[in-house]
Amino acid sequence: MNQLKNFTKGFIKENPVFALFLGLCPTLGVTTSAINGMGMGLATTFVLFMSNVVVSLIKNFIPDKVRIPSFIVIIASFVTIVELTMQAYVPSLFEALGLFIPLIVVNCVVLGRAEAFASKNNLLSSAIDGLGMGLGFTFALTTLGAIREILGSGSIFGVKFIAGDGMLIFVLSPGAFIALGYLIVIVNKLRKKGA
Amino acid sequence: MEYIIIIISAIFVNNIVLNKFLGICPFIGVSGKIETAIGMSGAVLFVMTIATLVTYLLQNYILDPFGISFMQTITFIIVIASLVQLVEIILKKVSPSLYQALGIFLPLITTNCAVLGVAIMAGQQNLNLMGSIVFAIANSIGFGLALIIFAGIREHLELANVPAPMKGVPIAFVVAGLLAMAFMGFAGIV
Repeated sequence: MNQLKNFTKGFIKENPVFALFLGLCPTLGVTTSAINGMGMGLATTFVLFMSNVVVSLIKNFIPDKVRIPSFIVIIASFVTIVELTMQAYVPSLFEALGLFIPLIVVNCVVLGRAEAFASKNNLLSSAIDGLGMGLGFTFALTTLGAIREILGSGSIFGVKFIAGDGMLIFVLSPGAFIALGYLIVIVNKLRKKGA
Repeated sequence: MEYIIIIISAIFVNNIVLNKFLGICPFIGVSGKIETAIGMSGAVLFVMTIATLVTYLLQNYILDPFGISFMQTITFIIVIASLVQLVEIILKKVSPSLYQALGIFLPLITTNCAVLGVAIMAGQQNLNLMGSIVFAIANSIGFGLALIIFAGIREHLELANVPAPMKGVPIAFVVAGLLAMAFMGFAGIV
């Protein structure tokens, strides 16, 4: 299998958010600013990468019947590691992401890749797949976060370029749904042109 | 009085789907028809209430006394996953008709982040046992309300003439945004 293709498929073609509609809760919940989206994306990337590696290493030892519970335990362990690390080193980001850090456990992207890819492929492919998918997820979250931050508070990555408030609705919950809806429309349109 | 505030706040003001963004996957996934939306809401009500009760007991009588609350995420998700399985087995034996109605939705609930989210939130808000249960029931009613309203809208949307790139999920998101805007009108009630 072409490893480069394996890596890049997560960005547009099989992007977890734009194409597969997985992991939508954190996508909508934390993207009030670009930096929050990126933080969440990178935390998920770490969990995705590590769980893919471990699942692919021990896939031959797990009986088929208890495979899903075992995957969940593996994922939950890495989520706990991320949770404690973030609490210690980046407490402000930890506060901002709040409830959504433990909820990485039930992010369908992570379990989905473990089940659909890592349990069937070798170590290298799984690691690359985890990294690619994770960065694709980060890309989606950062883009959405940046759009909402620009429209909602007139700044990007915390750097203000418009004085005063923006359209506050984009920072609030309705703006999340509407911005993501139109972003998917744009991606759909681009994909059709490319194909 | 305290419980009434919890209920109104969870259903309308801080609606779990439209304001807290939990359980978006089933919200988009199974909201095509009103009947499936009602089935899913029933299953969530059932599992969320039991899961919150069990995780409350675990947190207060096992994790906290032994000082191992960093194990929260792992224990909670295992409890929820096995609980869903247990509920499925019991329901099949005790009430086949209810199992028929909820059956296909039960396995999906394990990865419904609303269940884990409510269990964690109930702990964070320092609610007592009764408060946690009321909080879980109110949140699942809020989930059901949003899901059923949304399913009703989507049934009508089927007939609408939508531009091709917006068909399906994108238009659903825009509609959900408008629905969330309507729910913002409840802000400030409590």
